[in-house]
Amino acid sequence: MKVTFPHMGNLYIPVKTFFENLGVEVIVPPPCSKKTLELGVKYSPEFACLPLKINIGNFIEALEMGADTIVMAGGIGPCRFGYYSEVQREILRDLGYKFNMIVLDPPQGHFMDLVKKLLAITNKKSFRQISLAGRLAWAKALLLDELDKMASAIRPVELNRGETDAIYKNALEQISKAESEQELLGVRREILERMAEIKKDPDKLPVKIGLVGEIYTVLEPFVNLFVERQLGELGAAVERSIYITEWVRENLLPSFLKPKEHGQVLKLAEPYIRCFVGGHGQESIAQIVKYSREGFDGVIHLLPFTCMPEIVAKSTIPSVARIHSIPVMTLVLDEHSAEAGVRTRLEAFVDLIRQKKEEKSCDRVLSGN
Amino acid sequence: MTGCYLGIDVGSVSTNFALIDENGNLLKKLYLRTAGRPIEAITNGLKMIQESFEDDIKIMGVGTTGSGRKLAAVIVGADVIKNEITAHAVACITEYPDTRTILEIGGQDSKIIILRDGVVVDFAMNTVCAAGTGSFLDRQAQRLGIPIERFGDIALMSQNPTRIAGRCAVFAESDMIHKQQMGYKVEDILKGLCQALVRNYLANVAKGKEIKSPVVFQGGVAANTGIKRAFEEELGMEIIIPRYFDVMGALGAAILAKKFMAQNKRAKTKFAGFEAAFREHTAGSFECQGCPNLCEVVQIYVDGKLVARWGDRCGRWSADMAV
Repeated sequence: MKVTFPHMGNLYIPVKTFFENLGVEVIVPPPCSKKTLELGVKYSPEFACLPLKINIGNFIEALEMGADTIVMAGGIGPCRFGYYSEVQREILRDLGYKFNMIVLDPPQGHFMDLVKKLLAITNKKSFRQISLAGRLAWAKALLLDELDKMASAIRPVELNRGETDAIYKNALEQISKAESEQELLGVRREILERMAEIKKDPDKLPVKIGLVGEIYTVLEPFVNLFVERQLGELGAAVERSIYITEWVRENLLPSFLKPKEHGQVLKLAEPYIRCFVGGHGQESIAQIVKYSREGFDGVIHLLPFTCMPEIVAKSTIPSVARIHSIPVMTLVLDEHSAEAGVRTRLEAFVDLIRQKKEEKSCDRVLSGN
Repeated sequence: MTGCYLGIDVGSVSTNFALIDENGNLLKKLYLRTAGRPIEAITNGLKMIQESFEDDIKIMGVGTTGSGRKLAAVIVGADVIKNEITAHAVACITEYPDTRTILEIGGQDSKIIILRDGVVVDFAMNTVCAAGTGSFLDRQAQRLGIPIERFGDIALMSQNPTRIAGRCAVFAESDMIHKQQMGYKVEDILKGLCQALVRNYLANVAKGKEIKSPVVFQGGVAANTGIKRAFEEELGMEIIIPRYFDVMGALGAAILAKKFMAQNKRAKTKFAGFEAAFREHTAGSFECQGCPNLCEVVQIYVDGKLVARWGDRCGRWSADMAV
């Protein structure tokens, strides 16, 4: 059995570790590229959203490399994603590929269902073995999130452009290679040291931007045109509303282990969106309010073209932005997204929040506060 | 010799130059067709400015904007490279400090910029369709056999405008042909086009934005009196058209260059001199085979020497040559 799965940011690192430690052979699809996109667009229905298309591209590339089992996530609620695994299975079958597809649905109250499916993939390994493999994968996921946060904070103030990204890239390899939690601790120490050594430009004053929206477009840099890196280059420290480990805690863990903050954050969306609209629609709005309260300078809202939950969110954004006086810009992404156009908008957005910030600090000087 | 600041706006349809003096007065403006050859347009503009002033001016700073801002910066040597939204806003509030809304329609893009107390608070650019832009009007004028300069005045003569479907450039065109064949008068069709364009702009670009007066209308299309009137009728507000409406981007870039040089007193301008116009500039590209992204990397040569590279996602080629 050769297992493959779709890409979503750095998720491949912990997933690969998890399966490999259970003795399952893993084929990681090549990193998302123009070729992935072209394959996906060619074989997917046009009006499906970009995540489905990129998934199809990933699967085809991995199947060509010899994978025979696809592990795909399921979904719940009004977002179409829950149906994607079925559509993808049909598309790939029609193309003549032979494979087995295992769909992991988020456990709706039945945590053991998820465990049972994992047992099936891993050839009936014991619960203990699964939890051991899970621990290392989890430690890696935590470190990856920490790494993302560090890189986002340093990138806008680095003296030599590109230095952070070089260290980041190297760190990914190190984390991927680590074979034990002990080794991972060493890797972490090294990353922290190297990040601390990056020379900073004292003249650069970063602005703070929050990134909200549909999970896939927020987490997969290829799809969002490397928005985090681009904003970093423009002098903005970026915080994402979604980090993998938080998402897992909120969605995959049994309810007694779920973090409490999540529900409280969601309450912030209540005046605008009262109920679950699928995907992260409600979260996006809640996070905008949260970022405004935490003193962020602006928010960028990402969604794939035709994403229903985020379109619902988008329709309330003008009033949310006005009431909480925080600039919000929405970027809609699909295979037609033009990089130059996105760059122009990002530059203008950063200019806008810088101007606003300067004006505020002038006010403070004048009023003597 | 007067100290001057030069702003260059390289757009899809036009390449514009604005030259201002130390006090911000406009000394010279140029509106040139880009015609798909931006390098030529830039060097021609430089030559024309040099010819009109000879040695009377000294360039103290240069700003570039527009979709070709990076290219212009490499050729001319720029101190400031700014996106067109900021450049347009800066030019507008310098002349009309109270502006609260800017409608800007250019050759291939249209934008709305919302300002409050002289600060940009929101903006949007067209995303899906070019039905509301200059190129589209140009083409339709051609189809009707009317010089674009007279488009607006003819539209204003209309008593009974025809309704034209303006949601999509292609459908608008076929609807217009249909109306022509039905025998509607040219002025009524033109007025109908103006109204369709304005409706489309307000529905797509300006959706969800609060348009408050004073409203300033700029960009090449502001020359079209028919569009101006259609905006006034639709919004029920007076529309201001600035003196230099067609070169506001370039003017903004010049003002930004002036500001930047004032803030960095010791900095020397990166302006390459008017000689730059006489150097040989060539652009070439190749497909990087480093990974399946197959990025198309662009290389700019000046007199045979490689001076800039861009277009790669990973930074393999551009990292050491960033503009």
